Amino acid sequence: MFLALKLAFRNLIGAGLRTWLNAIVLSFAFVMIIFFNGFLDGWKHQAVNDSIEWEFGDGQLIHKKYDPYDPFSFQDSHDKIPDTSRFLSPVLVRQATIYPNNRMVSVVMKGISPDQSIVKIPVEFLKNTKVDFPVIIGKRMAKSNKLKKGDQMLLRWRDKNGTFDAANITVVEVFDNDIASVDNGQLWMDINKLWQITGLDRHATYLVAGNHYLPEKYNNWTFKSQEELLEFLLEIIGMEKISSSILYMLLLAIALLAIFDTQVLSIFRRQKEIGTYIAMGMTRFKVMILFTVEGAMYSFFAMILGTLYGIPLFRYFTRIGLSIPEASQNAGVTVADVIYPIYTLKLILTTILIIIISATLVSFIPARKISKMDPVAALKGKLQ
Amino acid sequence: MKKKVMNIMVSSIMFLLFFAGADYPNPKYILDRVEANLNSKTKVIESTMIIHTKRGDRSIRSKGYSEGNNKSFTEYLSPARERGTKMLKLDDRLWIYSPSTDRTIQLSGHMLKQSVMGSDLSYEDMMEENELLKKYNAVVESEEIYDGRKTWVLILTAKVENVSYSKRKTWVDQERFVPLKEELYAKSGQLLKKTVLSDVQKTDGRWYPKKINYKDMLKTGKGTDFVIDKIEFDKEIPAYIFSKASLKK
Repeated sequence: MFLALKLAFRNLIGAGLRTWLNAIVLSFAFVMIIFFNGFLDGWKHQAVNDSIEWEFGDGQLIHKKYDPYDPFSFQDSHDKIPDTSRFLSPVLVRQATIYPNNRMVSVVMKGISPDQSIVKIPVEFLKNTKVDFPVIIGKRMAKSNKLKKGDQMLLRWRDKNGTFDAANITVVEVFDNDIASVDNGQLWMDINKLWQITGLDRHATYLVAGNHYLPEKYNNWTFKSQEELLEFLLEIIGMEKISSSILYMLLLAIALLAIFDTQVLSIFRRQKEIGTYIAMGMTRFKVMILFTVEGAMYSFFAMILGTLYGIPLFRYFTRIGLSIPEASQNAGVTVADVIYPIYTLKLILTTILIIIISATLVSFIPARKISKMDPVAALKGKLQ
Repeated sequence: MKKKVMNIMVSSIMFLLFFAGADYPNPKYILDRVEANLNSKTKVIESTMIIHTKRGDRSIRSKGYSEGNNKSFTEYLSPARERGTKMLKLDDRLWIYSPSTDRTIQLSGHMLKQSVMGSDLSYEDMMEENELLKKYNAVVESEEIYDGRKTWVLILTAKVENVSYSKRKTWVDQERFVPLKEELYAKSGQLLKKTVLSDVQKTDGRWYPKKINYKDMLKTGKGTDFVIDKIEFDKEIPAYIFSKASLKK
């Protein structure tokens, strides 16, 4: 085996530019696989953390009729807060309309306790203000409706009986966040104020669980664990992984095709050499192994090349991150402004394994021809 | 003598009932006259709804049949995009048929709060009962000259909880018993919607406004005009018109 490695190394170095071209193309695939997966792992890590910190807490006790993706469900999806709801922060969801600069915009009012500390919504701004009707909004909501801190506008809503009411609200804070589902089209306000203006005293649509909450069974309420709440996000990221894999699989296919071509050409042009190996006592199987190792060695060269330019590149992106276009952030999925890729040992080792196995396989397929070669004809250089 | 005293008392009570408060008539009397004037057993109306938007005006023609306050059927005639769309209201239920999908859907809950064809009117506004005295306490606040006509200004305050608007202010023509303007208010007193009724003409012995402008006062724009092209009162309407089967015909 050592002889095969030594010969393969010498043959490849001897082949010069042809070897390095194959190795360079394969190294691109190697770097791309690690880069894309590192980016997606970074996104997943940040999105999961942000979702827990800003929205899901340690799970949610949700009213049975509440569907966050169906605004028609908001009207009836509320009930009195369960009596034994310790370590839970209530949120009441109602629909309303705001009129910024005489435009009509449908919004979702969310009432939250100004004393809660389970999620990162900056509720302290609702407490520490002298404004009569303070609200806080996210940066996406502010941008899409051209709103800023200090802006006042008319809010129109219906109380529990369906009667219209209206009042002027003041934006006391625009908060920075990465969670579109706590931002897009939403007004956050003191839940006590929302109870007062709607007449739904001590009602909630969902309750966010804190660290020490132990799920209990209540009528009309369903507890969803952190994992269940994150399921949708993880499914999206999983889908994204599959779609982005198409890109680097194409690149890998091109690199492997190049190795395959090189192998076919080598076996065709080096028949006399194959015949000489056999004449000198090597079995046809050993010659086949030699050519397979030669092909597989491209992957080692590719790894060395990939490491040379990949490590500085990965380190650079880990430090400065990758800026995400605003359109993607507003799509409703949790995406940070800047994603910092995460390159784990598992990712690197898996990628190395994929490259080595695939390069070995595409080298082995043309090398199988050697086992059927007539050594005399090979030695004479006759076409077979 | 006894009879005379009784007559005086009854007359006094009648007088108080009719002209309660200052010199103004009883609001019930005014609203009953308005209702008698505007409502009929049946109505067939051909109308044009003109929706004023920033990008221009959009006209939608329709033909509507109604029986009392609880049954109505509307078919949209133009433009081509809306032609064939039909709406049926029976009591507090509303169905819409869309020819493009060949499906009938019943609107309920929040869907009733949506705008009708992009106008300033919601389906809920269309379904509102006309019998205001069931839900509101009415008083005549003052007299005003509005649009050159002498009017009584009525204030209606909700006496039940399940109404959309907690207060209404209505200007009623003193001679023709036609409302000429109505303002709808939120609980906080904020003016939300305004309706202006104009081009009052006598048709089949009734004074009836041929043009109604609905305006959401919180939005910019000129609102939505509802222009009556043709109206027929107490015309026999076949019963099948007010059935779900007629939506697909």
